[in-house]
Amino acid sequence: MLRKIIVAVAIVVGIAQPLLADNAGSPETDFKMFRDYFKSRFPKVPMNDFVNGPYSMDEGLRKQWKAIEEFPPYEFAVEQGKQMFATPFKNGKTYGDCFANKGIGVRQNYPYFDTKSGQVITLDVALNQCRESNGEKPFDYSKDDMASLTAYMAFTSRGKPMDIKIPNDPRALDAYKKGEQYFYTRRGQLNFSCASCHVQSAGDHIRTEVLAPALGILNAMPIYRSAWGGMGTTSRRLRTCNEQVRGVPLPAEDENYRDVEYYLSYMANGLPVSGPGARP
Amino acid sequence: MASTIRVRAVAGGDTTQVQSLIQHPMDSGFVKDSKGQIIPPHYIEVVQFEHDGKTVFTAFWGPAVSKDPYLKFSFKGAKKGDDLKVSWADNKGASDSLVAKIQ
Amino acid sequence: MSLTPDAPDHARRMILKGAVAGGLAGLGLAGSGSLIPAFAAADAKDWPENAFKQKSESDALKALYGKNVEASDQVSLDAPEIAENGAVVPVSVTTKLPKVTGIAVLVLENPFTLAAAYKIPEGTEASVAARLKMAKTSKVVAVVESNGKLYSATKEVKVTVGGCGG
Repeated sequence: MLRKIIVAVAIVVGIAQPLLADNAGSPETDFKMFRDYFKSRFPKVPMNDFVNGPYSMDEGLRKQWKAIEEFPPYEFAVEQGKQMFATPFKNGKTYGDCFANKGIGVRQNYPYFDTKSGQVITLDVALNQCRESNGEKPFDYSKDDMASLTAYMAFTSRGKPMDIKIPNDPRALDAYKKGEQYFYTRRGQLNFSCASCHVQSAGDHIRTEVLAPALGILNAMPIYRSAWGGMGTTSRRLRTCNEQVRGVPLPAEDENYRDVEYYLSYMANGLPVSGPGARP
Repeated sequence: MASTIRVRAVAGGDTTQVQSLIQHPMDSGFVKDSKGQIIPPHYIEVVQFEHDGKTVFTAFWGPAVSKDPYLKFSFKGAKKGDDLKVSWADNKGASDSLVAKIQ
Repeated sequence: MSLTPDAPDHARRMILKGAVAGGLAGLGLAGSGSLIPAFAAADAKDWPENAFKQKSESDALKALYGKNVEASDQVSLDAPEIAENGAVVPVSVTTKLPKVTGIAVLVLENPFTLAAAYKIPEGTEASVAARLKMAKTSKVVAVVESNGKLYSATKEVKVTVGGCGG
């Protein structure tokens, strides 16, 4: 599917792309084609800048973004997350006890494929698993408490290159492929797929906003969106995207969402964590 | 509970640059909630910065100032290690203040 | 070559340097008011209520300063051509005019035109940056009170997604 879109766009853009016969559709091949597409489409954008989404695509927006980044409103969420990390659960344990390195500087390893449960585990899911295994109620995936935790974890991992692994397990490869399929499938009344906006129209305007490239699109999560006047988690954004194409949003952290996060995060391997982010 | 005020005050030469970010809804009174009811105006009216007993900057704000409002200005006469006091008061009579060290 | 995008890295370095202060005496948003006299009574009462109710530039400036204004190229107003989001428009004003005692920013198409006003005592630079809400495409006017007279600069900022929650 990716190959079809890339070839179609490549023909339009006029760049020759070899059709790959063998090793077709392996994550490694997909990764290279995905990256080559964005490199050839946006030759002036430094590779690491893609993680800044629309700001890597438009000078006027970039300047406003830099003004906000001088003292960004997501600092309150990071501060809140830091306090939450420092506060033990009722049983005396802390969030740090559930993660490697006490949860500091590990965001780039998520999501990962859990061979025990056969599921993709995102950072948000891992945090709720931590809460539940310590006798606490899980947080709503779209609300501020979860955003504060992920904001703090993203902040302490800033700059670290994404490091998503697909283990040698057919179920992991299957989850990756399901995520890829979700990304390229059209849905909703507007009949758009994620790729329609974030691959084919990346860098173009949609009303006043500029569409972020799919490459590195989750690296800045969670985000403080001016439009929301507050923080948004990956779940909140994915569900809103579904609504925006006039489709029915799935429940937060639905298998499809986790799989597409897995796919997109793998595609961003090597690019730095830039979260939490400030967005329009 | 953390303060609503975050301040970065950095002395360079004889000038201190101050940036502040305050956590406040700054509701304008023009926005409706999901039930269609107007969210009443709730915004900071005055922000004051004091150094060495003297006011070095006063901001008078209305509802058009953005949520989680930001401010940047510079003044002379302070040095690293001095105290800078920041305080605000809103239209509902609430307030907060913070004393920060100039870096 | 650093892997970190430059703007957030600067913020991160600033924060790690401990340049951000922690809180003392945060009394939060209790409705009953502060026990700490946050202001000399004079300043709190100084909030120019009438000026913030005005709808036109001249009425707001009359209420605020009691004067009329003239355009001047000595006032620099920095605002985007097209606002990314009308809810958070970064606007900064600076001037080299002498003896500045006040700066004000107006958004002409907002329901109440005065957005913010600043008192600049002696020793403070005539420069301020803030983030404002704009309801729609509008001229933004920066006014500087220098030597008792008012000078202004104007810039039109395009807003497509209104900043008042629309």
